[in-house]
Amino acid sequence: MIPELGHYALVLALFAAGVQAILGLLGAIRKDAYWILASGPAASTQFLFVAIAFLALTHAFVTSDFSVYTVAKYSHSAKPLLYKITGVWGNHEGSMLLWAFILAIYGQLLVSLGKKLPHKLRASVLGVQGCLSTGFLAFILFTSNPFLRLDPAPMNGQGLNPLLQDPGLAFHPPFLYLGYVGFSVAFAFAIAGLIEGDIGAAWARRLRPWVLAAWSFLTLGIGLGSWWAYYELGWGGFWFWDPVENASLLPWLAGTALLHSIGVVEKREALKSWTVLLAILAFSLSLIGTFLVRSGVLVSVHSFATDPARGVFILGLLAVAIGGALALYAARAQTLKAAPAFNPVSREGGLLLNNVLLVTASASVFLGTLYPLLLESVSEDKVSVGPPFFNATALPLLLPLVFAMAIGPFLPWKKADLFPVFQRLWLAGLASLAVAAGAFAFHTGKSPLALLGIGLAAWLLAGNGVLLAERLKLFRTPLGASLGRLRTLPGSFFGMLVAHSGIAVLVAGITGATLWQSEEIRALNPGDSVALAGYDIRFAGATRVAGPNYLADRGDFRVHRGDRLFATLTPERRYYPVEKRWTTEAAIHTTWMADLYAVLGEQAEAGGPWAVRLYHNPLAPWIWIGTLLIALGGGLSLTDRRVRGKGPKGPTDQKPQIGKA
Amino acid sequence: MTRKRRRLVFVLSGLTALGLAALLILSALEENLVFFYSPSDLQTKTIGAEERIRIGGLVEEGSLTRSSDGLEVNFRVTDLRTSLAVRYRGLLPDLFREGQGIVAEGHLQADGVFLASEVLAKHDETYMPPEVARALKKSGHWQEDPPEESEAE
Repeated sequence: MIPELGHYALVLALFAAGVQAILGLLGAIRKDAYWILASGPAASTQFLFVAIAFLALTHAFVTSDFSVYTVAKYSHSAKPLLYKITGVWGNHEGSMLLWAFILAIYGQLLVSLGKKLPHKLRASVLGVQGCLSTGFLAFILFTSNPFLRLDPAPMNGQGLNPLLQDPGLAFHPPFLYLGYVGFSVAFAFAIAGLIEGDIGAAWARRLRPWVLAAWSFLTLGIGLGSWWAYYELGWGGFWFWDPVENASLLPWLAGTALLHSIGVVEKREALKSWTVLLAILAFSLSLIGTFLVRSGVLVSVHSFATDPARGVFILGLLAVAIGGALALYAARAQTLKAAPAFNPVSREGGLLLNNVLLVTASASVFLGTLYPLLLESVSEDKVSVGPPFFNATALPLLLPLVFAMAIGPFLPWKKADLFPVFQRLWLAGLASLAVAAGAFAFHTGKSPLALLGIGLAAWLLAGNGVLLAERLKLFRTPLGASLGRLRTLPGSFFGMLVAHSGIAVLVAGITGATLWQSEEIRALNPGDSVALAGYDIRFAGATRVAGPNYLADRGDFRVHRGDRLFATLTPERRYYPVEKRWTTEAAIHTTWMADLYAVLGEQAEAGGPWAVRLYHNPLAPWIWIGTLLIALGGGLSLTDRRVRGKGPKGPTDQKPQIGKA
Repeated sequence: MTRKRRRLVFVLSGLTALGLAALLILSALEENLVFFYSPSDLQTKTIGAEERIRIGGLVEEGSLTRSSDGLEVNFRVTDLRTSLAVRYRGLLPDLFREGQGIVAEGHLQADGVFLASEVLAKHDETYMPPEVARALKKSGHWQEDPPEESEAE
């Protein structure tokens, strides 16, 4: 009964979304006050029905209702409750419903939090979102219905892929989708702005918090996925330039560019049409990312053929959403007023450089990810593009970006001089050289690239320090006055500072974990020892243990430093009888400066040696700390009253505001 | 600078950057493409020992042998017409089994043994890597047993 209720609610949601689209868009175009006002309740109605559908599916998973096909295929009664719930989005149908649900949540948030938006703008934004919802809900209902029944119902389900039964990955999709779908607000703002021909400081100020929120969620989502890959896959790495990973990085790069160019529109009314294009791009890449992963097209072009209806529907949706938006952009972009001139060396120029580098980087990642598909569709050749390509293209683009990041915030708007900025940064330069030299001397692997990575991280961090010190007038006024100034600095300044510092920490972490990593692969008998990066690791043997829905071989490693017991590592090799699959559970001991990482492999024969993989990953924890700081920076910017449009100049009026800088 | 000249500077520097980036990306792409071959393909093609390639097929039943320390494995990969000897040193993925479809990346040595630096056996056992499915189709041994759609994530 409840699955039918969910199915029914989904159908009603489709209708509500259609009504929302028509009321919102046509209302704004026809300037019909009633339709404009009614678009809000339509969005709330849609949200309500999608929420009911989502809860109904969750109920089916939690109660293990195996008469529902999706539940039977991807769940099992012996699964822990947490993974019954997260199993809802651990499959194609459920994850599409989660997507639609989050889209509806953003619609409802626009209604509840966007009370101060001009009604017409809000109506067009809700209208565009309604169109997206209509497309998605139709896709779910016609090709990926999660509520299909099985008759007769099986006694038990087939279980969830054990790799997905993990807290890191359980919450990876919701955060990722909160990011992806959050960019739909930027997309809708761009369309609405193009239709109304009103894009300026006010438009940018209203859009900025949504982009900040989406971007922070996406950062967390990518971080969670990467963290999961690090400890669950047992390869000692955190990023493999896998197409699925690239699909999530693409909107992040475009979104980061968007976040910075919005500031230029807000403060200077420049880069308007570029910003609109970025808003369209960021969401288009989110859509492409979702579908590349979900349609199976990345695994193979042929899996499109396994369900032609899905493939065609997906292509149609992509074509309409992206093609339509770009066509509208082409038609209306020149109506945006020309930007006031600015000097190449200026805050605007710096932000433009940021944009050019980020967009070029995402273009290269896009090409590397999709080239194998293109080549395969036009020829017989089957190729893959691996990490060397991405390292060779993304690094030369992103390293200069990190260098420039330290300088950018020092530049004034309109026109700047680089020389005085470097004068203010000489201390930071000196500090970074010292740190790089120290790291080079300290580490045995004399990698010049590591020198560059650590040096850049130190440069950025020190540059941020100088920036904060200057803002606080540290050492130039009494300490008390400086601390007093700390409280008057705006949240968006701290947000920028924290996020940029997060990048510095992340760069250092990536450098250490990739260039200074030491690895030992050995076959060990109980009692054998391995020396790794100054540690003595003794294998005490492996025992059989039982988990809630798996059996495991648990290795016991005693790590000694000198005579002292430093840590005990207990990696597992788990067997899930329901799914008949093995997984690897790496054991990680972190000191915050480095990770010791152990993986237990197979035993060649009973009583024989165990295959074992051991890693020492210097600075690896900094990758996650850096990622958290970046997301936190986005969150801090959101606390800025001005960013949320609640400052003294709050846009409460109905007339479009033309900001004057 | 006048407005016009300033704009010219922007456009020119933008185009230069774009051109440089395109050059960089395309040359990197050219150097880093890894081609996939089935064991039968390798009968007819000559591949240099320094060229990095991918091969794929089914792990032949009964072909898996391990060295005494358990770390070096030798097995044969077959597309059911031709088979290829593969050597790999390291931990095999969790899903590696005889009879299972795998993809390996590495170099074809002069002695005809494929020295793998990476062995991939992702996904569940109902799933066949698409490259392997293709190789089997080409060798005429593909059974139309539609693999269940798998969710990698």
